[in-house]
Amino acid sequence: MSRVVNRIGVYSLLILGAIFCLLPFAWQLRSSIMTMPEIFSYPPKLAPADPQWKNYPEVFNILPFGRYYANTAILVAWNAIGVLVSNVSIAFALTRLRFKGRNLLFALSVGTLMIPTTVTMIPTFIEWSWLGGLNTFLPLVVPSFFGNAFFIFLLVQFFRTIPFDYDEAALIDGASYPRIMVQIILPMARPIVAVMVIFTFLNTWNDFMGPLLYLNDSKLYTLALGLKSLLSSYNSYWHVLMAAATLVVLPLVVVFFVGQKSFIAGLTMGGIKG
Amino acid sequence: MRIKKETFWGWILVSPLALGLTIWVAFPLGVAVSMSLFKWNMISEPAFIGLQNYAFMLAGDHLFWQALKVTLVFTLTSVPLQMLLAFAAALLLNSKVRGMGVFRTVYYLPALIPIMVSTALWMFLYNPQYGLFNLVLDKLGLPTQQWLRDSGMVIPSLIIMSLWSIGNVVVIFLAGLQGIPKELEEACVIDGGNYWQRLRAVTLPMMSPIIFYNLVMGIIGGLQTFTQPYIMTNGGPSNSSLTLMLHLYKQAFAFSKMGYANALALVLLLMTIAVSLLVFRSSKSWVYYEGERK
Repeated sequence: MSRVVNRIGVYSLLILGAIFCLLPFAWQLRSSIMTMPEIFSYPPKLAPADPQWKNYPEVFNILPFGRYYANTAILVAWNAIGVLVSNVSIAFALTRLRFKGRNLLFALSVGTLMIPTTVTMIPTFIEWSWLGGLNTFLPLVVPSFFGNAFFIFLLVQFFRTIPFDYDEAALIDGASYPRIMVQIILPMARPIVAVMVIFTFLNTWNDFMGPLLYLNDSKLYTLALGLKSLLSSYNSYWHVLMAAATLVVLPLVVVFFVGQKSFIAGLTMGGIKG
Repeated sequence: MRIKKETFWGWILVSPLALGLTIWVAFPLGVAVSMSLFKWNMISEPAFIGLQNYAFMLAGDHLFWQALKVTLVFTLTSVPLQMLLAFAAALLLNSKVRGMGVFRTVYYLPALIPIMVSTALWMFLYNPQYGLFNLVLDKLGLPTQQWLRDSGMVIPSLIIMSLWSIGNVVVIFLAGLQGIPKELEEACVIDGGNYWQRLRAVTLPMMSPIIFYNLVMGIIGGLQTFTQPYIMTNGGPSNSSLTLMLHLYKQAFAFSKMGYANALALVLLLMTIAVSLLVFRSSKSWVYYEGERK
């Protein structure tokens, strides 16, 4: 008897939480297919009388969201390349090759995880202004080619579990170190690589501060900035804004469902093993 | 010969890291420290003014103290609430009932949303005339609120919003819960322990390192809150949601006070270190590491 009561209790709490999580999304979707008068009617309506699907194409008429998609996708692609190339080779060197300064470099890299990016934000901005990188994609792409402390940490933890017999056998067969990295170690690290790609996608897609600081030209805007300019210049167009918000979120939801496993793995690796 | 090759490739492959630490960490940190001693608007020549930026911050800038208060109140209220709610959610999501996969996904979804999207959405939800929350309050017969437009409600509003997207913390807690050895809980059950005793004697001690990790990360994140107040209120009404990060951003990019903004950034860093150290200090008395001798 008490088990049944327990179960009912668990379900009611779970549902209560689920309502809290989903209600804002429901409101977003409901508003994205309303007319403007419906949104501004009082008392507010729960659902539109006639779903206005044309709000979605309207997003692309008001602002060049197609371009914002393309810009964001370009940034994602470059960041993914940078993250893969740099972190894999750094972590390979840190774990499979012996050279002076190796441990110090790893310790320094992990140490930077403690420094909030806020502190380096302004000097980095000034560096880019000296280099003439303001209002280009460079500040949002180039840093990812220099390694990311969190990804290095993940890869190092993983590479350390791979036996050295592989490297030695390959060396005897005459393989070079880069070749060992690309053909032997990298294929084994596929799960971690998946985690890195998904996280890079999310971080780039969701980044607001970076584009806000570096991109002024509206031709270079990312989706996050596009949404911001929609919010500031069309601040009563809630129906279009909510449609745009939905369009920004949609690719994320797809990626999340496709890569759910790697995703959860990546989130927990830092927390549990760290 | 072989060792030389190993060293050679080692340095080649690790060079992005060595360069990156120099260009993106050491150099900016050095610039931040030295620039905080200058007055500079990015156009005219920087003028050395010693510690005047810091003196102004402590004695002349009342907005700094306001921002400090807002940031600390927000962080020290929202982070414990987030931990509590996330832990409760993780316990729920760890119970053995049907349909759990769906609930886990649903609880995670809000954390997936870009901060810009969730900020725009919540701005709309909080709208006093057309928003969802006042509609709900009204239906429940409760008094409606001005939310973001009320200087007393704006921080609570931001805190409620921060509780929506705790999915990352929930996932980490959940993984931790699943890692607790079954024997420990069974032993407690055999000894006649009820749910709450089990929670206190087994679950909480075993989870304490993970609680600690989430707490530190939450505090570091909370102290840097920027996007929500920047978009929703721009620090208002009457600076009641001006966080340190927003104050810093305005000083640097609206007023071009680069030197002063750098001084603010360094103070933010020191604060982050100080609060983290406090948590680390206290952790000795409540964080339990398996395999560690007491």
